[in-house]
Amino acid sequence: MLIERKWKKWVYFYLPMAVFIVFTLFPFYWMAVTAFRPDTELYATWRQPNAQPLWTLAPTLEHVKGLLQTTAFPTWLWNTMLIAIVATIISLICGMFAGYALSRLRFRGSEFLGTAIFITYLVPQTLLFIPLADIIRDLHLGNTPWALMLTYPTILIPFCTWLLMGYFKTIPKELEECARIDGATRFGAMVRIIFPVAIPGILSAGIFAFTLSWNEFIYALVFMASADQKTVPVGVVSELIRGDIFFWGQLMAGALLGSVPVAIVYSFFVEYYVTGLTGSVKG
Amino acid sequence: MNETLVVNGRRQRVSRLTRLLESEKALAAALLAPGVAILVIFIAYPFVMALWYSLTSIRVGEPGEFVGLANFTKAINDTIFQQAFKNTVFYTFWATIFKLALGMWLALLLNRHFRFKRIVRASMLLPFIIPTVLSAFAWRWMFDPTFSVMNWALYHAGVITDRLPFLSDGDWAMWCAVAVNTWRGMPFFAITLLAGLQTISPDLHEAAALDGANAWYRFWHVTWPLLLPVTLVVVVFSVIQTFSDFQLIYVLTGGGPANSTHLIATYAYQIGVGSGLLGEGAALSLFMFPVLFAVVWVQLRTLKRMDNA
Amino acid sequence: MADVSIRQLNKKYDNGFHAVKDVNLEIRDKEFLVLVGPSGCGKTTTLRMVAGLEEITSGEIRIGPDVVNDLPPMDRNIAMVFQNYALYPHKTVFDNMAFGLQMRGYAKDDILKRVREAAEILGIEPLLERKPRQLSGGQRQRVAVGRAIVRHPEVFLFDEPLSNLDAKLRVQMRVELKRLHERLETTAIYVTHDQVEAMTLGTRVVVMKDGRVQQVGEPLELYGRPANKFVAGFIGSPAMNFVEVSISGDGRWAEAEGLRLSTPERLRAHGGQRLTLGVRPEALQIANGAGDSSFATAVDVIEPLGNEILLNFRAGGVAMVARVDPGVRVKAHENIRFALDPERLHFFDAKTEDAI
Repeated sequence: MLIERKWKKWVYFYLPMAVFIVFTLFPFYWMAVTAFRPDTELYATWRQPNAQPLWTLAPTLEHVKGLLQTTAFPTWLWNTMLIAIVATIISLICGMFAGYALSRLRFRGSEFLGTAIFITYLVPQTLLFIPLADIIRDLHLGNTPWALMLTYPTILIPFCTWLLMGYFKTIPKELEECARIDGATRFGAMVRIIFPVAIPGILSAGIFAFTLSWNEFIYALVFMASADQKTVPVGVVSELIRGDIFFWGQLMAGALLGSVPVAIVYSFFVEYYVTGLTGSVKG
Repeated sequence: MNETLVVNGRRQRVSRLTRLLESEKALAAALLAPGVAILVIFIAYPFVMALWYSLTSIRVGEPGEFVGLANFTKAINDTIFQQAFKNTVFYTFWATIFKLALGMWLALLLNRHFRFKRIVRASMLLPFIIPTVLSAFAWRWMFDPTFSVMNWALYHAGVITDRLPFLSDGDWAMWCAVAVNTWRGMPFFAITLLAGLQTISPDLHEAAALDGANAWYRFWHVTWPLLLPVTLVVVVFSVIQTFSDFQLIYVLTGGGPANSTHLIATYAYQIGVGSGLLGEGAALSLFMFPVLFAVVWVQLRTLKRMDNA
Repeated sequence: MADVSIRQLNKKYDNGFHAVKDVNLEIRDKEFLVLVGPSGCGKTTTLRMVAGLEEITSGEIRIGPDVVNDLPPMDRNIAMVFQNYALYPHKTVFDNMAFGLQMRGYAKDDILKRVREAAEILGIEPLLERKPRQLSGGQRQRVAVGRAIVRHPEVFLFDEPLSNLDAKLRVQMRVELKRLHERLETTAIYVTHDQVEAMTLGTRVVVMKDGRVQQVGEPLELYGRPANKFVAGFIGSPAMNFVEVSISGDGRWAEAEGLRLSTPERLRAHGGQRLTLGVRPEALQIANGAGDSSFATAVDVIEPLGNEILLNFRAGGVAMVARVDPGVRVKAHENIRFALDPERLHFFDAKTEDAI
């Protein structure tokens, strides 16, 4: 490490770092403060002389209670969690199988398929949602969780496949060959040897897929009509604004509580997430 | 036909199933089937449908008829669409530049050793993890015309006397959108660039420093060139996402005020779902595809050239 | 217990590369056959075809009485030790060794007995509960061997198992492998690029180059009677010295610049030809006088190794090496006279490189 003067450290490192941290985390702080602030304080205009928006001395749970009791928010939480988990599992399985096939098996057209899967990533959801709505309706999946459980994988599978392909490539093929000599079929070797060794990669793909599912909006918006089927992002946007009035307290409580589950799951898998993020870019 | 060999307890019969599971081609087909099926049914097929829709006058409840490129010409002549297209390019361009610059700076900062590094790194990713819609709402609240905390802060700091029209003016609103997108996407750049930085051997920097290079020079001539491949990939991913962005504008401005902040995606939604004009909506969305394709193509070519160089 | 028969074996890759060309080998039961040659000579590909890890383009492989061409690896009753050991990182040593038996449905007690037995032979009992990452290179290699032994296969296949070990360990393991083979008496096919390993371990050695078998024979036979120039130059270290010579009209003398050596009987028929002469460094003796088969030269560089001295010099227009006793007193740039026994000279056709 290069030696540098102390003041330089403060100016070039601590200060910018602090600014970045504040910039990054302030909105969440703001979310939280608003969620726990009584209405009377909330609606103090920006010019009001005694307004003190940065903190509140009378925190309240009224917004949270209102959110949980008078809206379908708990249902939305449940829906989103369920859909995210199922979509992640489906995508992981498809991604593991496809990633293995593309990286370890030799067959004609493997390069073509790899590129094709890559191309699907380019097709934006904002293009597909119109005809997809029709397809979903024809399959009678409209307004059911399965509409999302089957369509989210379209976003997640390409990513899981690449990530796992890259990961599988780092596993020496002798491991598989040895397993096959020892008595396993190719499929058996894949399941008993390759997959267990690839668990870190699988976890990375999984956590990334999970967060992406929570983040999805447009399909949920278009396919889910009734309030009790909506996911958290859609619910917060569509149900918490009555008439033209924004109930900011409740809205921010919704935003906060909607963010918490993802943040918690993420916090257990940070390293895996980072590996997944960087692995997808390198691979 | 099963091949029965000399049964001596050591070599067994080779069953058909085993033969199948062993064959590379058959196994590959079986493994790829579920994933490919999902992608075909829910991406390839709707894509073709969208192409078809864009060439018809289909609307909700009415199958419509073939109209050739009418929807496309209508779009090109539509002033709102022209604005939306310009907005999308503006939005993508500026947001990407800021994300790259700030992300790079942050990556350089995070590349040092300091206490709490792990927790800082983990929390820096939060904007990227948290559902866009929810954090966009927080920003909208922060930009609120009457209650904006930023107006409050700037006013009480004596910087402004009248409130800033964050989301109520078309131009201001676009810049605000750029700011929010930057806020959200910067961690992605930072973390991936950080990983790239960590693969650069410190020897290179030390050699350069001994040669008399200062920090900026070292960055520009040592770090930046080595990071180009990773940077390129990250930029392309980001451009694809940003160009087809929907959620952020939808929540932040809804496309307003007066349709001045629409992106291609939000406008397509408004026309397709809001007005029910499915054919026209599909045509609008399709304008995104060639741009995305071109961006990716350029990236692949550049990467290939870099590999060969 | 089985012999292995390889007939007209060929391997051609999709890109056209012909890796293995018409290889024919009959490996006898209990034999330790070594395939040796430079990188890319096809030895590993041949081994992998015997294992079932590569598809056979044409030809036949039999293990015992059975043709195994279409059998998957797990049905061939073979075991393989890989260069990188290929230990399953997520399993303990015990589980690594037991895996093959578990796949075949052996009873728990049986597995326990066999694994302990193998562990005892290899001296790795205290390691059974450890994971591979906790083991040293030598220990991992033993586990890899143990995993192979445990299945009591008909044939052992070794793919350069000692290449990743440091020099000292390699020598040690070589001896152990030989001892193991004598104890287990199982047919073994061993691939290496190191001719020392080949010579010390093999009951018979197969030298390969460019996909073809150059010569098959016992180690000393390959050393003393190489079939062609490649084998002659590959076996033995330091390598054999080669020089272009002209045979005199009557076939009695081999001549090159500054060199005139008498030839053995068999050369009489080759009068007037240009041939390649090969002489091993150890065949060059310090001459007592100016005899018929001697020549003088100036010594370039001296390499004293302790147990012998290597003398580098030029003769016949090429650089050569001689191996002499440590007692020889000679200084750099000093003149010295070497004597040669005609019977220890090797001759090769200048074009086909076959031995004469």
